[in-house]
Amino acid sequence: MRTIIKYVVVDLVKSRIVLAYTFFLLAMSFGIFNIDENATKGIMSLMNLVLIIIPLVSIIFSTIYVYNSSEFIELLVAQPLKRKSLWMSIYSGLAVSLSLSFVIGVGLPVIIYDGSATGLTLIVAGLFLTLIFTGIALLASVLTRDKAKGIGVSILVWFLFTLIYDAIVLLLLFQFSDYPLEKPMIGITMLNPVDLSRILILLKLDISALMGYTGAIFKEFFGSVTGIGLSALMLFLWTIMPVWFSLKKFQRKDL
Amino acid sequence: MERFIKIIQCSIIVLFCVSAFQVQARTWKVGASQPCKTISSAIAKAADGDTILIYPGVYKEGQIILTKRLVLKGTGYPVLDGEVKYEILTIRSNAVTVEGLFFKNAGRSSYNDIAALRIADSRYVTVRNNKFERTYFGIYAQHATACTISNNLLTSDAKDEISSGNGIHCWKSDSMHISNNTVSGHRDGIYFEFVSNSVISNNKSFQNVRYGLHFMFSNSDNYISNIFSDNGAGVAVMFSKNIGMSNNTFSDNWGSAAYGILMKEISDCVAQGNLFKSNTVGIMMEGTNRVKMIKNRFISNGWAMKIQASCSDNVFTENNFQSNSFDVATNGDLVLSKFEKNYWDKYDGYDLNRNGIGDVPYRPVSLYSMIGEQNPSSMMLFRSFIVSLIDKAEKMLPVLTPVDLKDDHPLMKPLKL
Repeated sequence: MRTIIKYVVVDLVKSRIVLAYTFFLLAMSFGIFNIDENATKGIMSLMNLVLIIIPLVSIIFSTIYVYNSSEFIELLVAQPLKRKSLWMSIYSGLAVSLSLSFVIGVGLPVIIYDGSATGLTLIVAGLFLTLIFTGIALLASVLTRDKAKGIGVSILVWFLFTLIYDAIVLLLLFQFSDYPLEKPMIGITMLNPVDLSRILILLKLDISALMGYTGAIFKEFFGSVTGIGLSALMLFLWTIMPVWFSLKKFQRKDL
Repeated sequence: MERFIKIIQCSIIVLFCVSAFQVQARTWKVGASQPCKTISSAIAKAADGDTILIYPGVYKEGQIILTKRLVLKGTGYPVLDGEVKYEILTIRSNAVTVEGLFFKNAGRSSYNDIAALRIADSRYVTVRNNKFERTYFGIYAQHATACTISNNLLTSDAKDEISSGNGIHCWKSDSMHISNNTVSGHRDGIYFEFVSNSVISNNKSFQNVRYGLHFMFSNSDNYISNIFSDNGAGVAVMFSKNIGMSNNTFSDNWGSAAYGILMKEISDCVAQGNLFKSNTVGIMMEGTNRVKMIKNRFISNGWAMKIQASCSDNVFTENNFQSNSFDVATNGDLVLSKFEKNYWDKYDGYDLNRNGIGDVPYRPVSLYSMIGEQNPSSMMLFRSFIVSLIDKAEKMLPVLTPVDLKDDHPLMKPLKL
């Protein structure tokens, strides 16, 4: 299994796309921090980058990679190897290299310029998003045989989590504005890893704006040990579930 | 004629005698090993102008009522204990000085406003360098004129608004000087009702249940260089005129109804050089008229200002707005206030002629702050992609945000304040 992971990582690095991605993140992060002397504002801009770009790149890149290495996968399946270890190796290889890019590209500048609890939350959230969206990409590519369709599904999933979901939530908020929505909102937030990450970072960043009634409930929940535990659990589930489903599917798939 | 001169001579002699007698002020010492054992007995013996020197010890004497012009002075903070039953000291005489005493455990009542120290119907009273602990009302001035309250330390253990009193409470008073006091743990730190021509300066008011400073129906007062932080609802200035507020710090007032300052129904005031930092709302304005805000700093607040449509003719100029989540929020289309030459860190316009003033106006009200005002739950989506899209679209073509609320000459660089 380790050999396959190594092979996948070397293959990814060789393809230079991961390197370009790392460099892009690094340039962006340093650029953002240099534009403004206020590190908090930099974190705020980086948050948008992390919440939009990271899921997009993770999901699209991973989907394309899995489709492109279909021959390699077929070859290895012919060998006396467990399908489980093969699939997990591919996931690990992708996750490790993308996470590494993220840590170097965003984590390093954040620690250099900010290094506060907010910055750490941002890094942890970004890492989780990388893992989650790589997992979703694997699921998308194992579900559809056609490459174009698979990429389409991936883009749609990204679109769903970053835009459509929030639009629906906004609609619900105004349709049901006569009802106390604070507690249901916590549940709704939990169902979207992007929203969950955003709220976790915001609670560190915009604490005073969020201190209205809604914010108070949010803070009470997400600030407590149970809340933090539950959020971490949710992010963890979001990481594991897609990969697990894709594994089940891959094990029974007729290649 | 001779007789007349004699009368004058006599009266002069008498006058001299009387004044000579008066100059001979005496000092009465109170303490366990002193001539007087209790403060009340010393007061009973003393005449106007005398000094009562109180030595360390615990004095439980119920209510002491002072009707003579005396100086009450403690050395080493003698404790006057009210046993949670009595109003400890009531001053009903002019020109009294109370200094260096430690008031403890004043009475509590939900029926009477029991204070540790009450100044009633008096002038020129000085209360300085005292300590107050576990009191209901700390210092209570009613119908007082030209009194000085300075360098006192007031702490209490207020839990809620109903069962607690104010630190320094002034009612129907005039020309009061309140300076260098530290007040915490009361309902309102400093409370003014029907008080005029007074100065509040260099006080610290923090961790009070309701307001750090509370003004009601008080005109022509100034508060200068005070620090109000971490109070339940910040500072409230209501139903007043001609208030000057300068160089104060308002910080860390957090909560759904907490404001740096709540300005309600006030007019003709000036706020200058104040710092608003880390409040949920820096300033909340309701029905305020002709208030000038100059050279204030708004840093890291949730909302720097909320200006309701009921305000008119307010002027905001040369202020710095930095790192606030929202700059300005309002609740209607009508804008009768003016913003001019402020620095806004969210301004993204340009300055072609390099005169330091942006060439396009800045609109401090973002759409999402309006939405948040109407539907607080929607704060959940704050800073999400869709919200920034909506905000950008609104900035291009203002439809929902008030068109007139804008700064036509925003500064490119922050003012050095």
